[in-house]
Amino acid sequence: MATSSEEVLLIVHHVRHKKSEGVLYMMGERMAWMLKSKDSFSVSHSYADIKMQKISPDTKEKVQLQISLHDGGANTFQFTNPKGRPESVSDREGVKELLQQLLPKFRRKINSELEEKNRMLQEDAELFQLYKDLVVSQVISAEEFWANRVKNMNKPTSEPTPVGNKAPSNPVASTSKQDVGVSASFLAEVKPQSDGCNGLKYNITTDIIESIFKTYPAVQSKYQEHVPHNMSESAFWTKFFQSHYFHRDRINIHTTELFAECAKKDEEDIQSAIGECSADPLVDLTHMSDSTLDEDYGTKNNDTMDKVNKESANLSIIRRFNHHSTRILQTGDTRAPKTIDQGVNEIDKSKVTSGTSLEPPMKKARLQEKIEYTDLEASNSSQGITLNLTHQDRYLHGPTPANNATFMTSYEVEEAISNFKNDVRNLSPAFSKVLSSNAAVSAITDLSPGGILMQNTSKQKLQDLVSVELQQEVKNLYSALCELLRHFWSCFPTTTPLLEEKVVKMRGTLERFQHAKLQPLKDKVVQYHCPVDLTLHLDELLSTAYTKFESWHARRKK
Amino acid sequence: MKINIDGLLVYFPYDYIYPEQYLYMVELKKSIDAQGHCVVEMPSGTGKTISLLALIVAYLQQNPLDVTKLIYCTRTILEVDKVVEELKNLMNYYEKETGVYPNVLSLALSSRKNLCIHPQLQGMREGKVIDGRCYGMTASFVREKHKYDPNVPVCDFYEEFDAQGKDIPIPSGIYSLDDLKTFGAEKGWCPYFLARHSINHAQIIIYSYYYLLDPKIAQAVSKELSKNSVVVFDEAHNIDNQCIETMSVKINKRTIEKSENSIEALQTSLERIRTEDSSRLQNEYERLVEGLRDANMSRETDVVLANPVLPDEILQEAVPGNIRNGEHFVRFLKRFLEYIKTRLRISHVVSESPASFLKDCKQKVCIERKPLRFCAERLASLMRTLEFSDVSDFSSLTLIAHFATLVSTYTTGFNLIIEPFDDRTPTIPNPVLHFVCLDASIAIKPVFERFQTVVITSGTLSPLDMYPKILDFRPVNMASFTMTLARQCICPMIVSRGNDQVAISSKFESREDIAVIRNYGNLLVELSASVPDGVVAFFTSYVYMESVIASWYEQGIIDNIQKNKLLFIETQDAMETSLALVNYQKACDNGRGAVLLSVARGKVSEGIDFDHHYGRCVVMFGVPYVYTQSRILKARLEYMRDHYNIRENDFLTFDAMRHAAQCVGRALRGKTDYGIMIFADKRFSRMDKRGKLPKWIQEHLKDGVLNLSTDEAVQLSKHFLRQMAQPFKQEDQLGLSLLTLEQLQSEDMQKKIEEKAQHAEYDLT
Repeated sequence: MATSSEEVLLIVHHVRHKKSEGVLYMMGERMAWMLKSKDSFSVSHSYADIKMQKISPDTKEKVQLQISLHDGGANTFQFTNPKGRPESVSDREGVKELLQQLLPKFRRKINSELEEKNRMLQEDAELFQLYKDLVVSQVISAEEFWANRVKNMNKPTSEPTPVGNKAPSNPVASTSKQDVGVSASFLAEVKPQSDGCNGLKYNITTDIIESIFKTYPAVQSKYQEHVPHNMSESAFWTKFFQSHYFHRDRINIHTTELFAECAKKDEEDIQSAIGECSADPLVDLTHMSDSTLDEDYGTKNNDTMDKVNKESANLSIIRRFNHHSTRILQTGDTRAPKTIDQGVNEIDKSKVTSGTSLEPPMKKARLQEKIEYTDLEASNSSQGITLNLTHQDRYLHGPTPANNATFMTSYEVEEAISNFKNDVRNLSPAFSKVLSSNAAVSAITDLSPGGILMQNTSKQKLQDLVSVELQQEVKNLYSALCELLRHFWSCFPTTTPLLEEKVVKMRGTLERFQHAKLQPLKDKVVQYHCPVDLTLHLDELLSTAYTKFESWHARRKK
Repeated sequence: MKINIDGLLVYFPYDYIYPEQYLYMVELKKSIDAQGHCVVEMPSGTGKTISLLALIVAYLQQNPLDVTKLIYCTRTILEVDKVVEELKNLMNYYEKETGVYPNVLSLALSSRKNLCIHPQLQGMREGKVIDGRCYGMTASFVREKHKYDPNVPVCDFYEEFDAQGKDIPIPSGIYSLDDLKTFGAEKGWCPYFLARHSINHAQIIIYSYYYLLDPKIAQAVSKELSKNSVVVFDEAHNIDNQCIETMSVKINKRTIEKSENSIEALQTSLERIRTEDSSRLQNEYERLVEGLRDANMSRETDVVLANPVLPDEILQEAVPGNIRNGEHFVRFLKRFLEYIKTRLRISHVVSESPASFLKDCKQKVCIERKPLRFCAERLASLMRTLEFSDVSDFSSLTLIAHFATLVSTYTTGFNLIIEPFDDRTPTIPNPVLHFVCLDASIAIKPVFERFQTVVITSGTLSPLDMYPKILDFRPVNMASFTMTLARQCICPMIVSRGNDQVAISSKFESREDIAVIRNYGNLLVELSASVPDGVVAFFTSYVYMESVIASWYEQGIIDNIQKNKLLFIETQDAMETSLALVNYQKACDNGRGAVLLSVARGKVSEGIDFDHHYGRCVVMFGVPYVYTQSRILKARLEYMRDHYNIRENDFLTFDAMRHAAQCVGRALRGKTDYGIMIFADKRFSRMDKRGKLPKWIQEHLKDGVLNLSTDEAVQLSKHFLRQMAQPFKQEDQLGLSLLTLEQLQSEDMQKKIEEKAQHAEYDLT
């Protein structure tokens, strides 16, 4: 992991912590402080642990920066550059800026990851035990332990795992994380505050930014296009807040404006969506009326009004609200947010396929749904649980008697009975073929409990023989070993150097496991005078793995 | 179940029945027996359609001599589809019970737009264009030409139908629009003309109002329907406006310009034909002299729009001499057009009667009344003679000709209003000539006279006595039913003030008041926080909604709504609104919940249901009065006062309340559904408003909920929602609001129903 060779982003000298002078290090994943005379960190915080930073106001004499942690703790650093206060301030600004950039990145990733891991451990007792056995006792590192599982957590933020992409399906049921929806009022949460001198200040959080990007992919593409090559991030957001997205009553959008294109794109978006939705016959207002007459018949004069209003601010507000809500709804779709081009393609395809053949049955079903009165119909819902068969034919053609055509006619039955009666009548015992009494007695003793043939039944159950604690221990050991072996075996075939490395490492781990865990158990078992070799199978498992490793190793050497 | 309704065995395709459905059928049976018309109100969402169909189909089956046809008119295509589906369910039940599928032919009919299967016209949305293209391929002269020149395109589907389909009647069954299209595609026949051809022998016809009410279409389509028919106008609460619309015409500058172009086109082609083939014109002239009203053999495909006046007003005589000649007629039209142009050149509003218009017309340009009356038919005949294949270019000129015919035919019940500019934009000259029908009874009168039973029904017809007055007919039966409920599943409330005790009202003086708008906003915010799934809010007009939204945006109320739910808004563009609706429903389906802002009288309020979770709460912001400054409305009010003794205010309130009821009624479908209905205006608590709401809403408007503040209303709705969230089983309803056959037949219930029926029927004496 990165801990061995940490990248140092910033070193600030003359930083006091608890009244003693020292050096502040900002590193790739943590910030740390070292007492001047020492060579180890006395304070170290991973960025993921940091909740927020606070700085002292300019009016205060001390130039300070406070870090508050998720667990409630806090640490204060004072910047005391000997060159004077302005330098101290600039030192602090440097740290602040850096933290500002780093914190959001870590916060989300680590937090959600940690939470997810925590949740998994809590939900799955077996996994927790495994974790204790393997990680807490330092057989394997935590990263390795999670490496396979993370993939199943279905998150794009997870690091590339050393196992590669050949890992077998994980036994832990993958609970795909549910996407958080977008609040309809995310733009309203950006409350402008006046900064006192004719300016407005907008506070924007990462959540809001994410919402904006999710809702308006066009803005995101603009962002990727322009930031940071053409303008700074803050300049971009300033422009955004001047745009029609925020001021929905704006109408005349200059073509030079950054978001003018987006406005046009949105317009096209609406148009294409209109084309798409016309398929739904139940709400298609354009198809409601059956009249094909000119609008000049009748008394209503609505046509002239339309044109006057087309460009009014109110109308554009209304259209933008509709568009906004539509976009937000679409973010909730499980499908990945599609670009506009893709969308159009999909529409085209669906139009081609749906045609006229598919539409009527759907329409009919919807109509039926609309006209039915559930309470007027007799309730025929059954109370029982419905049988859900995965393999229906197994159920239908399940175990059947081999000869199912064994019925007889009454004549045959009568004949059989008479035959049988005959046999009985004519029965004569053949004494010469009967067993001798001695042999019979010995056979009986053999078959009674304690006899030669009944030895096994006298044996007590293993369950009763072995103490509960020992049983538990063996169980745990089994699960831990299996987990390790799973890691081991999952490396084959070794296709990448990474995997090869892992195999070697895993073999070491297995050996360590044998010494640290299996051996004590063996000793214990001996102590208990257990009649059976409880660890025999474990040993076998291990030796199989070793053999596999040896053969693989030997082949590789050649 | 099989029910005995006053001696008639009715198959009802459900195992249970609502008591009001039974009552409804009883009332309906009475009217059909009496061969008279009736007005019946039944709460929305209590299964009106299936009751209607069940009873009338049973009547058709058992008394085939008394009633031969059911003509079911409804408003939208979607409703047509729904009715067909219900009818199919009923027929399936017949089959299940009797073992044979009833031998009934039922057809849905719609315009070419919805029925055309011609590959070139697929995907076109504009109905007018499709009509024009269809005419261009199926008109008789085009087909004639095709015989000599195969390059002239004709519609294969029509040709095929004409060759084979006419002689063989379509197999019996229930045909929806889609079924007709599938059947047509299978056989290669045109579904539209197949349907039009078949309605004469179909027992059940389902189509929209226009096919019966609009003389331009009705004469082409519904001319030969037999008298022994039962006509049903479903969702008829707005039928008077529809009647007026069909008879009214408006002419603006654009119409005039287009007509001038058309006249020129007529002239050039007349000259061309005169040199090429003058015999054709001569032929037409002679036919007209002979008194044949129509110079050509009129075929079904040749009529796009028939005469705009009602059949009893059409003159049964020959076309007057001065317009028999084609050139003369074109010059005549030109003169008339010039006259209209001079009339539009005004700076003040003019309102006059048709008589004075005709008089002025005669004085200024010497045009008599009589030739004007023939204008529409003469133009149609000329256009056929000239063989224009694309008639959609001539729609404006057709409109002028229709206007000429209308204005010269009707002297009462109509009015001419010429406005030099729109009231809202007084600086832009935009003259419009409105020729408005003031009397709703004119268009519907032939329907009442022609058919033996006309049923007018809807969920919101209160007050019932208004309809016979404005439509001018004598019903034999009028009834209004309430909803029997096992639990109170509607929660109507009148919110009259905000939390700051400022009265809220959309009346003109206070509607722009910031406090009122804020209170409206806060009400919606609070509701969006406490009501699950869908909330629908209706404004009184589109303009008002726009201004309210703008100030909500400034006040940050929109943001607060968005914190709770997604927001969708109806726009004037139907496509955009459809998209918003789709997404609104999606948001309700996936649990996010949404607020829909809409407009009373708008397309959404008329056509879309907000049943179940699509509308747990409906808010009516203000009393949806029609725009009272409109001169057209004023003229109509005056006319009604003079002729029908209806006071202006009575009518305005009636109109506002029926739309309010229509809006809130959209939320309920069936007794398992539930919804909050909020009337947010101080004026609703007055008796004259409240008393005009349908009975089924009124009876739940207890005194305690007539004057609530926002907070109180939210409290009540929370309480209501909690109650509704309790499990509600069929057993809870049984015997009260849901009956089995045995319960229905029990003496006790019969007595109860008897009482209710007497209560429901209006005193007709």
